[in-house]
Amino acid sequence: MPVAPASRLMSGREPLDLSTDFFSLFALPRSFRLAAAQLDRAYVELQASVHPDRFAAADDSARRLAMQWSTRVNEAYQTLKKPLARAKYLLHLAAHDVADENNTLMPADFLIEQLEWREAVAEARAAGDHHELEHMHHRLQRELSSRYDELGDLFDERQDFVEAADRVRRLMFIEKLLADLDEAMAACDA
Amino acid sequence: MAYSVKVLDHYENPRNVGSFAKDDEGVATGMVGAPACGDVMKLQIKVGKGGVIEDAKFKTYGCGSAIASSSLVTEWVKGKTIEQALDIKNTQIADELALPPVKIHCSILAEDAIKAAVADYRKRHGEAAAG
Repeated sequence: MPVAPASRLMSGREPLDLSTDFFSLFALPRSFRLAAAQLDRAYVELQASVHPDRFAAADDSARRLAMQWSTRVNEAYQTLKKPLARAKYLLHLAAHDVADENNTLMPADFLIEQLEWREAVAEARAAGDHHELEHMHHRLQRELSSRYDELGDLFDERQDFVEAADRVRRLMFIEKLLADLDEAMAACDA
Repeated sequence: MAYSVKVLDHYENPRNVGSFAKDDEGVATGMVGAPACGDVMKLQIKVGKGGVIEDAKFKTYGCGSAIASSSLVTEWVKGKTIEQALDIKNTQIADELALPPVKIHCSILAEDAIKAAVADYRKRHGEAAAG
C-alpha cells in the first residue's frame, strides 16, 4: 500500500502504513489490558480524519484510499474493543495458533460443565423461567469477568501464550453460552 | 446456507438422543467440543461382549450439521466392534451428509467423539474387555 497518498490523506499526521498492527494504528501499547476510553478516543479521532465523507470532492484514488482506511480503522476498533477478539488477535501477533478449528479435546470436566450449562439454559427457556435465566446470566458475567482478569495476567505479566490460548479456547465456549442465554431471555420476553 | 436433505432429516428427527448412566456396565463417554463455534458434543456407547457396540446415544449443543453428524454416528457405530468404530472417518460422515466445506469441522467433531468414547472405554475396561 503506497504510504505517500496515505500521508497526504492524513494531512499533517504521521504517515500511516496499512500493514501496521491494530495497536500501533491507535498508538496504544500492545497489551491485553486496555483503557476503553483511550481506545474510543483514538478511534473517533482516526475515523474522523479518514472518513470517506471528507473526501467526497477528492479524486477517485483518494476516495478509494479513504474507504480502505476507514474499513481498516473499523476492523481494528472492533477487534480491540471486544476482549475475546483482542485476545485472539494478541495470540495471532505472537504467531501462536489458538487451534480453534481442530482442537476438539478440551478437558472433559470443562466440557461436562458446558453441557450442563446448555441443558440448564434449554430447560429454563422451555419453562419460560426468565428469573432463572437472569440468575444464570449474572453468574456467567461474573465468571467471564474473572476469566478476563486472569487472561490479563497471562498476557501482560507472564507472557504465557500457551496458557492464554487454552483460556481463549474456553472463553469461546463461554461467550457462545452467553449468546445462547441472551437469545433465551429475548425469547422469554417476546 | 441451505442444509442438505440428509442433514435436515437428522436435525428434525435426531436418532438416539439422550444419555446412559455413565457408570453403567459397558458404558463409555466421549466428550468433545469445537471452540470455533462453541459446539459441545457428548457421545456414549454401550459395549457388550466381544467389544461390540450394542447401543449409542448422543447429546449435542450446536448447529444443525453438528447435530446431524452426531446423530449419524450413533447409527453407524451400533453393531460395530470398537475397533471397527474407530475406522469411521470424518470424510465418510461429511460425504453422507453432503456437508459444505465450512461445516467439515462438524464431521471432525463427530469422528473425535467416537475416538474419545473408545478411549474412555479402554481406560475403564481395558484389560477386562480384551480378555
